[in-house]
Amino acid sequence: MVPINYYLILSAIIFTIGAVGVLSRRNALIIIMCVEMMLNSVNLTLIAFAGQWNNLAGQIFVFMVMAVAAAEVAVGLAILIAHFHLSKSTNIDDVNLMKW
Amino acid sequence: MNSADLQLNLHPVLPELLMVAATAAVMILDMFNRKGRTPTKAALPWVALVGVLVTAAASIWLIGQPVSSFQGMAINDTRAQALNLVVLAGAALTILLSIRYIPNVNRQTGEYYALILLVSAGMMAMGSATDLMALFLALETFSLGLYILAGLNRTDLRSNEAAMKYFLLGAFASAFFVYGAAYIYGATGSTRFDLIANALFDGKADPSLLAIGVTLLIAGFGFKVSLVPFHMWTPDVYQGSPTPVTAFMSVGTKAAAFAAFYRLFAFALPSEQATWGPVLGALAILTMTLGNLAALRQSSLKRLLAYSSIAHAGYILVGLATATSAGIDGALFYLISYAFMNMGAFAVIILLERQGEMDALGNRLNGLAQRHPQVAMLMSIFMFSLAGVPPFAGFFGKFFVFAAAVSGGYSWLAAVAMLNSAIGAYYYLRIVVNMYFAEPTEETRIEPQQASIPLAFALGISAVFTVALGVLPSLWTNLVQSGALNLVAMR
Repeated sequence: MVPINYYLILSAIIFTIGAVGVLSRRNALIIIMCVEMMLNSVNLTLIAFAGQWNNLAGQIFVFMVMAVAAAEVAVGLAILIAHFHLSKSTNIDDVNLMKW
Repeated sequence: MNSADLQLNLHPVLPELLMVAATAAVMILDMFNRKGRTPTKAALPWVALVGVLVTAAASIWLIGQPVSSFQGMAINDTRAQALNLVVLAGAALTILLSIRYIPNVNRQTGEYYALILLVSAGMMAMGSATDLMALFLALETFSLGLYILAGLNRTDLRSNEAAMKYFLLGAFASAFFVYGAAYIYGATGSTRFDLIANALFDGKADPSLLAIGVTLLIAGFGFKVSLVPFHMWTPDVYQGSPTPVTAFMSVGTKAAAFAAFYRLFAFALPSEQATWGPVLGALAILTMTLGNLAALRQSSLKRLLAYSSIAHAGYILVGLATATSAGIDGALFYLISYAFMNMGAFAVIILLERQGEMDALGNRLNGLAQRHPQVAMLMSIFMFSLAGVPPFAGFFGKFFVFAAAVSGGYSWLAAVAMLNSAIGAYYYLRIVVNMYFAEPTEETRIEPQQASIPLAFALGISAVFTVALGVLPSLWTNLVQSGALNLVAMR
């Protein structure tokens, strides 16, 4: 059996890639995809822990995360489209009307 | 698992169920509005309001019947009901503020009221959740609704921008939150708060995994309550959102996230209090200080109240950091008084807004007392209360929280909080001074199209409760502490 640390390190790497992507990318669509990647790395963590503890709570939690991620994308894309209608841009550097 | 776990007791989720039922009623009623015929449109807010009032009655009825249900995922105790009442007060006042306002912003008013009710249900579920999964679902239920509400005005770029910023940062923070929840599960083998606490008491938990998990959870929560390193979104989202939504956000999210903070730290991590107490205290100091200092130099009234709401989150956190029963009850009193005084202040801002904009500059209040003495008087009540001047509700909120901090061994925290109240008093009282002693300009006027009877009603209710809770704080404390006597210490 693969030791749990391998799963944890892999998911931490994926989570970090996602987080760095959110902070460095300027296209809102890519940012949403990076958030999805972070959530999926969380799912991997949960599954690994569920295997380690040998109970189902972690696996059920994964379903919750997946459902929420789907809802989040639906809302996020709708907001993105509404914004694109007005500003004709998906670049978040253009989202700068309000500061300080 | 024993047989008591298998009984289906709906009491812990009864208020949430009633709110979801009201949501469904509003949406079904809204279906009859298609094709220009609008026979039921005017009834929608009132249906929503009845739903809120029925739920509030159910919440009060449930006080004093503590029970845990759904295999320990949800609990009904006095504090859950107190939180419900805070959220419901905010929702009811928001509905009154919206009746005239929202049709100018977005014609889909049915969806608006349905979302307000659904978001309230999510916030209320935060307060009764005693499981990481339930907490996560509640958090996302209200967050997703609020993202939509922030962007309600689809033709206004600022509203779109608010929704976009709120969504991107909120989704980012949710990922941290759920990653933290995963690590806490990994450290203790359970998502239930009581089992997590047991695992910690037995020393079975892995301390490094737990530390990672709790840190990530604090970051996720910190975003929702806008604690200081995670507060960047707050002023922009508050300024860009339609004003009734801003008012609802400032009251509701604060109440919900603080309830969840309390549940998590008091129920799941009581054994680690020596660690998280000072951490929360330090966050409280950062939050109060930065919120107050930034509020000093704001010209937009909505932005000013956004920074002031950050500062108030800091004061409430003082009560949680002490981790005593008095501190928690103080924080709850603070939340209910904040609900009324803040809603009232936002109602006045709505009166000052011009057609087609969703913000008002502070100089519109100059000399308001000469033109509209009643409005100026009400605004003064809200400002004095926010500043913490006796005999208003805000004073007792601060008094309970700071007194709990002193008696809980956090005198340094209380001292910093009091200094901060003095800074805060400066910008609240400056508004009062400007209203009474500055010369009115042509900007000083109330827009007749914003003034409506429901809004006046909301202003009146807010003012009455701001004064009543200040003169008779026992109105609230008797209600929410009557059932708490059989609950030992923090639990």
